[in-house]
Amino acid sequence: MTPPTPSAAAPLEVTDETVEKSITSPAPKATESRSPGQLAWRRFKRDRTGFTSACIVIFFFVIAITAPLIAKLYGKNPYTQYGQDAPIGTLLNDAGFPIKPNGGIDGDFWFGVEPSMGRDVFTFLLYGIRTSLMIATVTTILVTVIGVVVGITAGYLGGRTDYFVSRVIDIVLSFPSTLFFIAFTPVVYGLFYAADEEIPAWARGVCLIVLLTAFGWASIARLLRGQVLALREREFVEAAKVTGASPARIIFKELLPNLWTPILIQSTLALPAFVTAEAGLAFLGVGIQDPTPDWGVMIQRGAQFYTDDITFMIFPGVSMIIFVLAFNLLGDSVRDALDPKSKR
Amino acid sequence: MSNANPLLDVSGLTKHFPIKGGFPIRRTVGAVQAVDGLDFSVAEGESLGLVGESGCGKSTTGRLITRLLEPTGGKISYRGKDITHAGRKQLAPIRSEIQMIFQDPYASLNPRQTVGKIISGPMEINGIEPTGGREKRVRELLEIVGLNPEHYNRFPHEFSGGQRQRIGVARALALEPKLIVADEPVSALDVSIQAQVVNLLQQVQKDLGIAFVFIAHDLAIVRHFSQRVAVMYLGKIVEIADRDDLYGNPRHPYTRALLSAVPEATADDVPARERILLKGDVPSPINPPSGCRFRTRCWKATDKCASEAPPLVQVEGNKPGHLTACHYPETDGTVPAPRLSKDPQAAA
Ligand SMILES: Nc1ncnc2c1ncn2[C@@H]1O[C@H](COP(=O)(O)OP(=O)(O)OP(=O)(O)O)[C@@H](O)[C@H]1O
Ligand code: SF4
Ligand SMILES: [Mg+2]
Repeated sequence: MTPPTPSAAAPLEVTDETVEKSITSPAPKATESRSPGQLAWRRFKRDRTGFTSACIVIFFFVIAITAPLIAKLYGKNPYTQYGQDAPIGTLLNDAGFPIKPNGGIDGDFWFGVEPSMGRDVFTFLLYGIRTSLMIATVTTILVTVIGVVVGITAGYLGGRTDYFVSRVIDIVLSFPSTLFFIAFTPVVYGLFYAADEEIPAWARGVCLIVLLTAFGWASIARLLRGQVLALREREFVEAAKVTGASPARIIFKELLPNLWTPILIQSTLALPAFVTAEAGLAFLGVGIQDPTPDWGVMIQRGAQFYTDDITFMIFPGVSMIIFVLAFNLLGDSVRDALDPKSKR
Repeated sequence: MSNANPLLDVSGLTKHFPIKGGFPIRRTVGAVQAVDGLDFSVAEGESLGLVGESGCGKSTTGRLITRLLEPTGGKISYRGKDITHAGRKQLAPIRSEIQMIFQDPYASLNPRQTVGKIISGPMEINGIEPTGGREKRVRELLEIVGLNPEHYNRFPHEFSGGQRQRIGVARALALEPKLIVADEPVSALDVSIQAQVVNLLQQVQKDLGIAFVFIAHDLAIVRHFSQRVAVMYLGKIVEIADRDDLYGNPRHPYTRALLSAVPEATADDVPARERILLKGDVPSPINPPSGCRFRTRCWKATDKCASEAPPLVQVEGNKPGHLTACHYPETDGTVPAPRLSKDPQAAA
């Protein structure tokens, strides 16, 4: 061993090169410092795809939230059957298809008129996006909260709890959930409503959210369990224990700040998946149903007419593709920004 | 140097990690005998070195003392108070007095907390409000460990390994502890920086009178740091003695082997020491050898070694406080005397 030098108290090494050097900035002043979060935000801002996707996603959420306002300014609503109220031959022809070309697009009906029912496509789509995003967002929040709580509990407690929770997660993940939805939703409705009763739209929404959540929490819980299991062994957790930290403090102050990355990544990837799942279920007739405006319902309606009137299919279809694509790209960018080592 | 009233007293300390297996009902199918019956004590202000090869249970011992792990057996007392199975609440008053410095400077600091938060965390947890505020105290601590106090708001990723280890030292000092368990605090560092950190610890020990349990995997570093040294092999202490006795008169074959591996840093006029190369690997702590655990690698092993575990006693020829666990302890004549300069401090 080299003999120790007496200069122990002198500040010595220069700043670590790992992250800081790659960023084009003058040497940081002593008081200037960037948190891992700030570094991630800088990386994200420089990612053009991510930024564009974020704008698109925000745009969708804004129009979903302000749908009633937009509809008011535009002067129509998604329920009135304009095509049928008007005398035959003005908007729809005898067969129920729009008379004007391109699905009846004109100054009054920006996105055209729905075949047969004659509703306004523009407001129907706005409200449809609103319903879909609301269901998907609520589901994502529930799934994230439940997944985080279960995953952290299992990972932190370990032992029997962890073993039991992990088996439950295995079972939930191995379940054919789509089949279950189709087979089981009518049963759930049957529990609360008589066969001849009208099922209110909110009840369908709640049922969907509950079912999607019941099958959705497991994957995020499993991921977080693994992360906590790894973090729990890290020495900084032991360092906190040595100073007498309570389990609550360790979970909230030591572990959780290190888990925001996987939580954020997982939920940004989960939301578009729930949008498509919700649409798929509506399409299969077990989700939201006509006349409640909904993305999935619209696509289902569109599928009935697309050989004769493709326009009606294009609006919900293309908008959904744009949304899901943008959201997934956003998820990738969020991951790259937060976790630069995981770049593909 | 054993004291009638030691700060920390450990007797028969044992830790077996159960090995679980089986499906669907998991049960215990075996045990890793990581630590198996340790006896030692640390006096106030004393530094005890704990040395042994990788996997011999040094870290486990450190984690048992700091009560990060629950002992399987034995007794740990701190200032005469039994803390062997004390819970978090019972430990609370002692927590501030026993601190730990960790091996890995990258894993031991929370990457999401600023240096200020990391160092003031212990004070916050224990509700300590120093005069002038916590921030002032953190700045003081940063200065003590040789870092710029203005780096208060920086994050760990902005520091080098050596600097991080200094932050770890500052965190351990935040509660003004009486005993610090340092688990290989310099093993992960560059050789050039090792000396600086060891020096810092040495200074801290002298200036603040803190007792240390200094864990290391070779005898070189401990030599500069510890007044007493314990050598561990496969969960047991095989030899414990004051520094000069251990380095000057090693009795256990394993201690000799370790000493012969210490790189020479002394004068050239002494004839080169014979190097003892140990054959084979450390046996598994799941199934340790019967009798003396070192017998599978000992060049002097006999049938007695296989059947009878040698007790850790003051064998003939040892000074008081020098204990060796061997049936056939080495004598000076059997191997060339290891070199030791007259004053180890000067050699350092
Ligand atoms: N949590 C655990 N569960 C099961 N076995 C463990 C656990 N921790 C340690 N062990 C085992 O106990 C033995 C001693 O481990 P320990 O970490 O104390 O060794 P060490 O002397 O510190 O080694 P190193 O120098 O590599 O740090 C090893 O065989 C190890 O595999
Ligand atoms: S007891 Fe026997 S095997 Fe063990 S160290 Fe001594 S001589 Fe070697
Ligand atoms: Mg270790």
